[in-house]
Amino acid sequence: MSENSKMKILTNGILNENPVLRLVLGTCPTLAVTTMASNGIGMGLAATFVLLCSNIVISALRKIIPDQVRIPCYITVIAGFVSVVQMVVKAYVPDLDKALGVYLPLIVVNCIILGRAEMFASKNSIVDSALDGIGMGIGFTITLTIMGSIREIIGSGTWMAGLGKLIPSLGSEFAIQVIPKGVDTFSLMTSAPGGFFVFGILMAGATWLTTRPRKEAPAVEGGNA
Amino acid sequence: MVKLAVIFFTMILVDNYVLAKFLGICPFLGVSKKLDSAVGMSLAVTFVMVLATAATWPIQTFLLTPANPDGSLKWDMGYLQTIVFILIIAILVQLLENFLKKFIPALYKSLGVYLPLITTNCTILGVTILNLDNGYDFIESIVCAAGAGIGFLVAMVLFSGVRRRVEQAVTPKCFEGLPITLVAAAVTSLSFMGFGGIIDAIFNVAA
Repeated sequence: MSENSKMKILTNGILNENPVLRLVLGTCPTLAVTTMASNGIGMGLAATFVLLCSNIVISALRKIIPDQVRIPCYITVIAGFVSVVQMVVKAYVPDLDKALGVYLPLIVVNCIILGRAEMFASKNSIVDSALDGIGMGIGFTITLTIMGSIREIIGSGTWMAGLGKLIPSLGSEFAIQVIPKGVDTFSLMTSAPGGFFVFGILMAGATWLTTRPRKEAPAVEGGNA
Repeated sequence: MVKLAVIFFTMILVDNYVLAKFLGICPFLGVSKKLDSAVGMSLAVTFVMVLATAATWPIQTFLLTPANPDGSLKWDMGYLQTIVFILIIAILVQLLENFLKKFIPALYKSLGVYLPLITTNCTILGVTILNLDNGYDFIESIVCAAGAGIGFLVAMVLFSGVRRRVEQAVTPKCFEGLPITLVAAAVTSLSFMGFGGIIDAIFNVAA
């Protein structure tokens, strides 16, 4: 039973409580960096790392931090880990740093991280919080990747261009040509309106997936006390 | 002078933070349901944005990365930027709240509820960092922050109008609520794309 609930915490973030599509947290980076699938992966991984670490630390400190000043404390912890990520990304994947730009430091104010700290890590044990962090992070990364893929394929005709920056062995020119080069692409998809549009459609899709009538009883909302 | 005007209007129309750069989407979706709360939120954001820029610009320039006259850095603590800035913004918002509560209760009543939300509004941290990334001097940064705030206001007010229509429309069940609002935001953002190039044309410069 306990194994089951641990599993549920982990998988909760992927669809049922998907941070972006169901809880509507962290919308800014979702819209901004998903012009390419590889940016989505990079952003998702960076946020997952921060989420995991801050969830663990905040959960460990939950009995020490006084209730009145908890938000400033959380923000300081989160900002510390974001600085770590910033420095690592700048040192090892400078191209990704350029692609994400200001949105990398802006992970600090990403509502997913503060939201999970407040909703989950401040009330649950360290192990549960770590699982929640991983689950939410995976949900975030998957959503960003799907959104990035849709926008990149329709908008520029390629898929996973720039993945070579994340994995050097692929070579920097790596890209999968989905739509043949001669065909005009719908470049509006990679600019602002396309972002809002794809996000709206995806959110509707997630709502349909989670609320459509099913034979078995609906899953009980787990963990989110 | 022309440069300041270019920055100001570019921030409002072309590089609108909400509709073109995707900063501050949470309040944009959350608070734009009613016109008066949209205006209140935007005014509070504009105010904090200008204050935060006025506070963070000198700190970055003189404390974190002070430069010698020949352009080299005396020392480089730029890596502390994120932590320092977010703390400054959090303190600033708290101070502002206490100040308004004590001295201008009328304003506190109208803006008060939005103030705590502003700390985690990415437009504030975004504008302070982007100002430094763009290499603006102090006056330019302040003008840029004010422009970004007004741009936020314009987007919020316009969108609250769009939203009133959308709420009454009949949509497929899974599109109800936020999804259809986002599609409407896409259309609003599309209309702002029409402003591209307008600033260069008016002021006759390459922005």
